[in-house]
Amino acid sequence: MLELHNGPLQVEAILTSWYAQIKDKNFGAFIPFVGIVRDEDGIEGLSFDIYEPILNSWFNAWQERAKAQNAYLLMAHSRGDVPNHTSSYISAVVSPKRKVALKMINDFVEDFKANAPIWKYDLVDGKRVYAKDRSHLLQGHGLLKADA
Amino acid sequence: MVKVEFLGPISRPSMEVDIANLQELKTYFKEDKELQEWLAICAVAVNDTLVCSLDIPLSLNDKISLLPPVCGG
Repeated sequence: MLELHNGPLQVEAILTSWYAQIKDKNFGAFIPFVGIVRDEDGIEGLSFDIYEPILNSWFNAWQERAKAQNAYLLMAHSRGDVPNHTSSYISAVVSPKRKVALKMINDFVEDFKANAPIWKYDLVDGKRVYAKDRSHLLQGHGLLKADA
Repeated sequence: MVKVEFLGPISRPSMEVDIANLQELKTYFKEDKELQEWLAICAVAVNDTLVCSLDIPLSLNDKISLLPPVCGG
């Protein structure tokens, strides 16, 4: 399940909702990861743009991988501005067995960072500054650049 | 016409161009120096699927998306 929210995530409500959905499905493990925006380098928060069509297909492919291991993925992400000390990202894996979920949450978050079509900006003096230095090149980048 | 959209921080309005494949789009953008800096780091999607080849034929109403480096979370 993939949820997109405008602004910071309501962490308690989302986790409560997810737990209510999965608790009677005979999963033995529910492993959430909550990302919290840190106050560093003078930023006021972060801001995000999302390209939903490719995000959906990326997430659906992961859900199929999870299903093959009897696991299930949940993810929530913010659009727009997210102040310091609030959350922009939650993901969770549920599975019958703890080890599957622990490995999958790590692999899933790593691939999310590398490939999910989401753009991050620092909020500085109320303006968005693209976090280019912290961003990851996607496969096939440079395809349309003119030959030297 | 093929629609070209510039995602995330590129901050350009989408446009329509008359091209038959991605090689022609590459040529079309050749003299746009500001865009070249983005093109060096952008991935390319055709109809929401990332591609790695210029030889993909394009049809009327196809959509090309340029995706700068990403960082969710």
